[in-house]
Amino acid sequence: MSEQSKEVATTNHSSEAEHVYDGGLNVVHQDAVKDPGIEPHRVRMTDKSPKHEKNAVRQVVALFTLSMLGSAFALYAYFAFPINEDLTTVRNNTLFLGVGITLGLLGIGIGAVHWAKTLMPDNEVAEDRHAIRSPEDKRAAAIEVINLANQESGFSRRKLIRRTLYGALALFPLPGIIIFGDLGPNPGDKLRHTAWKQGTRLARDPYGTPIKASEITEGSVFHVIPEGLNPEQEDYLEQKSKAAVLLVRVDPKNLIESDEKKDWSYQGIVAYSKICTHVGCPVALYEQTTHHLLCPCHQSTFDLVDGCKVIFGPASRPLPQLPIYVDEEGYLRAQSDFHEPVGPSFWDRSAKA
Amino acid sequence: MLKNKLNGLRRSPKGLVVILFAGLLVVGTGYTAVNAAVNTSPQAASHSAAQINYGKKLFLSNCASCHGKNAEGTANGPTLIGVGEASVDFQVSTGRMPGASSGPQMQVKPVQFTNDEIAAMAAFVGSLATGPAIPGAEYTSGNGDIQKGGELFRVNCAMCHNAAGKGGALTEGKYAPELMHSSAKTIAEAMILGPQNMPVFNDANITPQEKNDIITYLQYLQTHSSAGGDELGGLGPVTEGLLAWLGLLGLIIAITIWLGAKSN
Amino acid sequence: MSNTATAKKKNGFLAGTANYVDERVGVAGVLKEFGRKIFPDHWSFMLGEVALYSFLVLLLSGTFLTFFFQPSMTDVVYNGVYAPLKGAHMSIAYASSLDITFEVRGGLLMRQVHHWSALLFVAAAGLHMLRVFFTGAFRKPRELNWVVGFVLFVLGMAAGFTGYSLPDDLLSGNGLRIIDGMIKGVPFIGTWISTLLFGGEFPGHSIVGRLYSLHIMLVPALILVFLAIHLVMLVLHKHTHYSGAGRKDTNVVGYPLMPVYVAKAGGFFFIVFGVIMLIASFFTINPIWNYGGYDPSPVSAGTQPDWYIGWLDGALRLAPTHLEFMIGDNTLSMNILLPLVISLVFLALVALYPFFENWVTGDKREHHVLDRPRNAPVRTAIGAAGVTFYAVLWAGASTDLIATNFKMSLNQVLVTMQISLIILPIVAFMVTKRICLSLQRKDREIALHGRESGRIVRLPHGEYIEVHEAANEYDLFKLVDYKDYQPTLARPNAEGKITISARLRATASRFYFKDSVSPATMTEIEANAHHAHEIEEQVQKAIENQKL
Repeated sequence: MSEQSKEVATTNHSSEAEHVYDGGLNVVHQDAVKDPGIEPHRVRMTDKSPKHEKNAVRQVVALFTLSMLGSAFALYAYFAFPINEDLTTVRNNTLFLGVGITLGLLGIGIGAVHWAKTLMPDNEVAEDRHAIRSPEDKRAAAIEVINLANQESGFSRRKLIRRTLYGALALFPLPGIIIFGDLGPNPGDKLRHTAWKQGTRLARDPYGTPIKASEITEGSVFHVIPEGLNPEQEDYLEQKSKAAVLLVRVDPKNLIESDEKKDWSYQGIVAYSKICTHVGCPVALYEQTTHHLLCPCHQSTFDLVDGCKVIFGPASRPLPQLPIYVDEEGYLRAQSDFHEPVGPSFWDRSAKA
Repeated sequence: MLKNKLNGLRRSPKGLVVILFAGLLVVGTGYTAVNAAVNTSPQAASHSAAQINYGKKLFLSNCASCHGKNAEGTANGPTLIGVGEASVDFQVSTGRMPGASSGPQMQVKPVQFTNDEIAAMAAFVGSLATGPAIPGAEYTSGNGDIQKGGELFRVNCAMCHNAAGKGGALTEGKYAPELMHSSAKTIAEAMILGPQNMPVFNDANITPQEKNDIITYLQYLQTHSSAGGDELGGLGPVTEGLLAWLGLLGLIIAITIWLGAKSN
Repeated sequence: MSNTATAKKKNGFLAGTANYVDERVGVAGVLKEFGRKIFPDHWSFMLGEVALYSFLVLLLSGTFLTFFFQPSMTDVVYNGVYAPLKGAHMSIAYASSLDITFEVRGGLLMRQVHHWSALLFVAAAGLHMLRVFFTGAFRKPRELNWVVGFVLFVLGMAAGFTGYSLPDDLLSGNGLRIIDGMIKGVPFIGTWISTLLFGGEFPGHSIVGRLYSLHIMLVPALILVFLAIHLVMLVLHKHTHYSGAGRKDTNVVGYPLMPVYVAKAGGFFFIVFGVIMLIASFFTINPIWNYGGYDPSPVSAGTQPDWYIGWLDGALRLAPTHLEFMIGDNTLSMNILLPLVISLVFLALVALYPFFENWVTGDKREHHVLDRPRNAPVRTAIGAAGVTFYAVLWAGASTDLIATNFKMSLNQVLVTMQISLIILPIVAFMVTKRICLSLQRKDREIALHGRESGRIVRLPHGEYIEVHEAANEYDLFKLVDYKDYQPTLARPNAEGKITISARLRATASRFYFKDSVSPATMTEIEANAHHAHEIEEQVQKAIENQKL
């Protein structure tokens, strides 16, 4: 460390004297404590005692040897612990292969660091920094290059060329964006319709067997899909995403129903969309005594007997109700599709289709 | 003709339900009776009078203070008339009853009675009115279809009890317990009864065979530890994140401190 | 004799190779330039290295996984070895993930290595950012590198999320569903973006393949590019160092790259890899076989994202009820937009902080000596407030687990979090600032009066005093070596007008520096030393009297 730079540092921090930066709100104390310079180097045991040095060498060698043994064990384990139908074989394969590789890696790592710490020189060295800002002459030269390029090309002078170039550059990425248009179709009115139609029977999820009203005892909950939804069909998951329904029977006395929806239930049996009106998780946690429905993702809570109104959590809208009736055979059927889009809100969900 | 048809129906569980339901409608009983009806079987007959008397004695000294001398219920506890043997067995054999504090829900505690005592109390309560019987081997044998069991478990149970059966939160301090230490009988009883806030999964919704499938799947989870190593409670990304920070990054930081320290 | 011979031979080989390489790529200049470059040593300087190395582990383990994974959402019936799923309908993506797990030797190990190192990558990057923030390493000339690092952190989250969704199990599927719900909540274009992303209605048959392209190509490529920029700037700027004797803004103190740093940093890669491997051998991560293939109807209790997305999920959970509004016939989902906007604003504040602080201090100098966090009390307090804000959102994502594990009510936990989100950052700010100022005063006290030695002496006139030992010159310098900023007044500009910007800056400078504690100067220290000397004389006298 040269004497000169020390002095510069105490007055103001700048290595290149030609450019002094503004210190802003920093108050520089003229009588600040002087920097005593780097602390003297402390000698290690391995530096002064050959015995310690020898020990350190042995330790490093031992660690590198351990690494070799570990890697060799990993190779062995790959063949010695094959996997089959029994899951404990998977566990053993994972464990022993992993432990072997771990030793192979840690042996090298710890050995190398130990080597560096005990046997390589550990006296700290200072190196001068140079200001990041280029020296004035280089900056001047750079500006000269730019000016020359400007002059030779006429970039500033030939306005029309420049402006049309800007225009061209602004437009050329657009085809690159529009080309992604076929990533997906226009949403259309798909979000407004589900697989429920007038007369669709309510069926058990996942096996699709139809449900009779008589089978639903008070306090029970059925997870429901529309009858005929089949895992083999192309849009099974898309349809199920919208059509999943929760079917619950409560004491009809407890049910609070608006006049408009009075006919939507059957003797205390109500069917509600299972898809949360917040961001679409299945709201499937039904509490029998409180009649609350809880979404496990963000804890929105709906009151099932009061039209599935939101009573807690980030959701805002009640879960849509599926109007149901019972046919002559006693099976539950949908009166119609849902009367509003199911699931998370979107901008034009209330617009007339 | 009609009789034949009825006989045919009686052989299938669904048919049994239809018949019972129809019958009950005629009699005009309420929905609670329907609830009980779905998996009732005559119970009192199989128990001796001595056992029922013994159960009554136990009931009077241990349960009557909350549930009433005749199990008619008080302000502190519901009526037990018609809850069935299964309910007594479930509540008492898991230690939930006798209840201790009045928290949001009854806790699992050390069991207070012997199996004989529990059976006697169950017999007594069962003798008061018909109700769900203790599920037999058709529910609990554990030799069902494990894949169907897993599928049904995820659709009907996982939202509360977690996909790995580790339990989960309900509202206002209530929770769905973990199932890793529950016996087949307890699980079957819980599905049939819908204790506390759990909904009822009657035999028309999930057939006895399907209940057995679910139990088979849960027993697989209970007996098979994870192939990947310690499961971290099976609670998913939260405990994984904690281990990543405290274990993985913590260990590495400990090493960096060793690495940055000067050797002596 | 033979020893020297082999040594000569080895030298010969090394020299020969070096000559061969240099004549073809001219590497000698590079080595001369960088071979003895100085790197300061401190444990906290290795956090970025941890992130870098876990990224390398991600590339290695990820490449292995691509050889077996099939990113297709076509429906198949599983017929592998995992009994509880045999015969189940699932996507090829999930089936191939199960096959990697149960039918490829070392497959489960590599899955776990990949996932654990992903969690570590973002964690280490985050902690590295905090180190840089709290030590003021983002100041000139490193503001741009801070932004590059910020971009890397965001890319890390993106890489993580795209990967999390690939196995197409119930957990990741519900995660995607939440994303879909959030996108649909965006005004005007929400449903369009949703169908574009999913190739039609959710979940469609495209999303896994698309996320796969992003996960294995675009995102890692961007990470590599920004990583390169990050490291080039690091070399250009040279590393910062902590304040201390001999450490200046004009030098860098540490160890040379070759051999010490190469051995340490090289060895450290193996250590990081080894520790990841260790954890991956013993701890399950993401047991996809428990969740089953994605089905929109079921859901598991405890559905959570990986930790780095947790704060966004928490923000969604903490939104109050009934934030949805109607504008005419249109629905404005503020319950989704508000958390989204708050998160984006938070990220923007993080990215832009260096520029703001620079505007306040007006300090245009280069800073290479790091601040001790206490010496920038308001910055440290702002950082603590930010960390607290993030932490509450983060904890918000596990309200259900907090409730069940600590036997509390889910509802109360959530409401507590909502209140904490506003109150706790303010508390954290005030407490941290006070702690910093106290520590600064303590430092000043020690600089002026020395350390309490624990020696109690009774003076002849009966007074008891504790003898203070003056700090040695190296410790002393560490205590006083920091910048002393003072608030400014709004000054008129050249035209004699006080601009709004000047007023704002004056207010901000008061906010930052009005309580600042100046470092002890030599004059003060000497004045106190004189006083201390007098006491010492009295003490000596007292001791001698006692001896007599």
